[in-house]
Amino acid sequence: MSVSSHDVLVTGIGLVSSLGEGIDAHVEKLAADGPRPVLNTEEFAPFLVHPLPPVDWSTQIPKKGDQRQMETWQKLGTFAAGLALSDAAVGTDPAERGAIDMIVAAGGGERDLQVDSLVMERARGLDDPQSLINQTLTNELRPTLFLAQLSNLMAGNISIVHKVTGSSRTFMGEEASGISAVATAAARIAAGQSEICLIGGAFSAPRKELISNYAMGGFLSSGDWSPVFQRRDAQLGFVPGSVGAFLVLESAEHASRRGARAYARVAQVAADRGARTEEAFATRIKALLNEIGADDDEALLVLSGASGCQPVTEWEKSALDERLQRAALRSFGSLLGHSLEAHFFAGIALGAAALHSGRGLAPFDPIAERASSVAPSQALITTVGHVSGEGMCRLVAVDPS
Amino acid sequence: MTVNPGAFSSRPAVAVTGLGAVSSLGIGIEDNFSALKAGKSGIKPITRFSTEGLRTTIAGTINFITFEPWTAIGFTHRLADMAAREAVAMAGIDSGRFDGPLVLAAPPVELEWPQRLELDRLAGEFDEAASYDRLLRLSRNHRDSALYDLTLFGKIADQLADSFGTRGLPITLSTACASGATAVQLGVEAIRRGEAERVLVVGADGSVGPEAVIRFSLLSALSTQNAIPERASKPFSKDRDGFVMAEGAGALVLESVDAAKARGAEILGYVLGCGEKADDFHRTRSSPDGSPIIATIRAGLADAGLAPEEISYINAHGTSTPENDKMEYTGLAAVFGDALASTPISSNKSMIGHTLTAAGAIEAVFSILTMREGVLPPTINYDVPDPAIPLDTVPNVARSADVATVISNSFGFGGQNVSLVFGREPRR
Repeated sequence: MSVSSHDVLVTGIGLVSSLGEGIDAHVEKLAADGPRPVLNTEEFAPFLVHPLPPVDWSTQIPKKGDQRQMETWQKLGTFAAGLALSDAAVGTDPAERGAIDMIVAAGGGERDLQVDSLVMERARGLDDPQSLINQTLTNELRPTLFLAQLSNLMAGNISIVHKVTGSSRTFMGEEASGISAVATAAARIAAGQSEICLIGGAFSAPRKELISNYAMGGFLSSGDWSPVFQRRDAQLGFVPGSVGAFLVLESAEHASRRGARAYARVAQVAADRGARTEEAFATRIKALLNEIGADDDEALLVLSGASGCQPVTEWEKSALDERLQRAALRSFGSLLGHSLEAHFFAGIALGAAALHSGRGLAPFDPIAERASSVAPSQALITTVGHVSGEGMCRLVAVDPS
Repeated sequence: MTVNPGAFSSRPAVAVTGLGAVSSLGIGIEDNFSALKAGKSGIKPITRFSTEGLRTTIAGTINFITFEPWTAIGFTHRLADMAAREAVAMAGIDSGRFDGPLVLAAPPVELEWPQRLELDRLAGEFDEAASYDRLLRLSRNHRDSALYDLTLFGKIADQLADSFGTRGLPITLSTACASGATAVQLGVEAIRRGEAERVLVVGADGSVGPEAVIRFSLLSALSTQNAIPERASKPFSKDRDGFVMAEGAGALVLESVDAAKARGAEILGYVLGCGEKADDFHRTRSSPDGSPIIATIRAGLADAGLAPEEISYINAHGTSTPENDKMEYTGLAAVFGDALASTPISSNKSMIGHTLTAAGAIEAVFSILTMREGVLPPTINYDVPDPAIPLDTVPNVARSADVATVISNSFGFGGQNVSLVFGREPRR
């Protein structure tokens, strides 16, 4: 497929998940037959989480001082951002790094669980615990924890560690923040408002304060693991998945000027939100599929980000089944888990890499997904927020350069 | 940010057709700007919660709006809704059918202490020591979607999107103290791309709670001049000692000039340019040479196609921290050179405090009003000038002036810097 100057290309991928580190490790595992999830079934039982793999932070965050300024969530994002920049072979020259734009999709960072527990303990039985809270937090909170957990400081740390300073924006709002980041970065590049943009997010799953929130919301899968489309009863819900996923998006002109390799071209991004009734949801998904322009074809790889939460997982699957019967469906959330802000980027990373490798991916779900021997030429990535927001991205293979 | 040479003629000009504001000075742009012209302060002792044991006990809280029980998310939503409603009405657009995108700058807030303590009490008895393991067990058997909603960063935008009938997936963003300006910038870019004819831009912050005050206090960022609250925020003064946290919301309806004219809307001003450059030096401090701030201001001017001498007035970031005000001066001096001495600059934060996430949007609203009314709001509490930063700060008393153009700066923790340039007239 030919490219024009403002075409938007994926030229770098940084992916870390429970399956491993780096995009090549992921493609290798997911192309082989019968890929299995990596799970921690003990720590949060009856809930499951996909843990982080062992990571040597120093390979992307060389200074111990920088590592100390970040909790795991920020480190994971900063690490994945570094992987993406290296993968895109972006030079380390400050002028080159300083011209790169950035959009990070962020949630909130870690709380100090011990301090929180101490406050709760001391506040028990008091009618008005406020002055005690004031005193305990003032004395016990590490001053730098605020920065180590502040949403926009993942981007701040990426600027400090990787010298990306062209622009720095942090989007928030669970899955939708990642969808908006991809849409905005691609639109800016297509319009000539930006030439190269680092985008991504991270989600650190084994966090008690988060798991506790999701449990309260009734969103977690429990019991034995099964792929998202096969979950029943107590299994309904999502399995939080540790993921750091960053992408370098770049105009074809900029990529060709610096001789960069492209994984795929971003052909279209579409997003919406609205009422979560069956009819309204189905209408939106159909409209998004029309806008995204995916034709049913054996060479279409559909990477559904379905979380396992119902009823939206079933509604999404029906819409995809109805429209795309010949395409190869793969539920990437089955193996990576659900990674909120990072989820859409992770799906795009897998889609772009699959197109580039010229190989399909093995079924992640032996019942709902069937093997395909056709090399994919296009990929459709979906993400449906567990509460709100829906997004799709269509990628097209590019000739190897 | 890339400046596209020759793009001025082809890209749509961006008009402002609606404004809304809420701050500690009052509700609505009229009351707010009257108070600003009168040099009033909205800073007062915090009464929302006990400040016993805190180093800082003052803030620009909004306590004339009843909101019980207070939550940062709930109150931020209320403020955002009020400002947006005013802006959309002013633009003459049906408030339930905005039919354009929404960009919201909102604070990253979490569950708060009253809610966390409520969870700890769920079992009815304190059967074992408090811990998150215990909370996890309790929350498993106590589903509470209303409480869960308070953990969602996207919730405010979702609610606004429903009530205003905005189009598509809204963007919620945080670039710390630059957030409101980033929101304006995203709106401008969408219109310039031709993606939207109009965009609803809102920056809101109703997050003055105990833990937020303590966290900023632990970073030594807040003024501790509690004795006379209205005197504590003193940007550019020698005895400044930190910012004063505050609440508020600013909203703007941005519209392509063609679309605004086609529907006969009154144009209140223009966004001529946006500049941005991130800092890679430190998590809370600017590069000592000011280079990112300099690059930000230059990029804003270049995007607007204006020289420094063509700027009538500077709406300062002016937080009243020792570091910020010095660095803002350094950056401005480098870009403006001799022209700085004759360019008035003032800080709205001397009166409304630092509205954090909302600041860039509120100050954008005030910048447009400054041009329209031909009155420069003063920098109050400017009694002991800092000789190291000689500026015409419009000290203490408002001043009439012919204001054709304004540059408004926003610099955030985490190194995110944005400058916006506004004009009374479109670019020639």
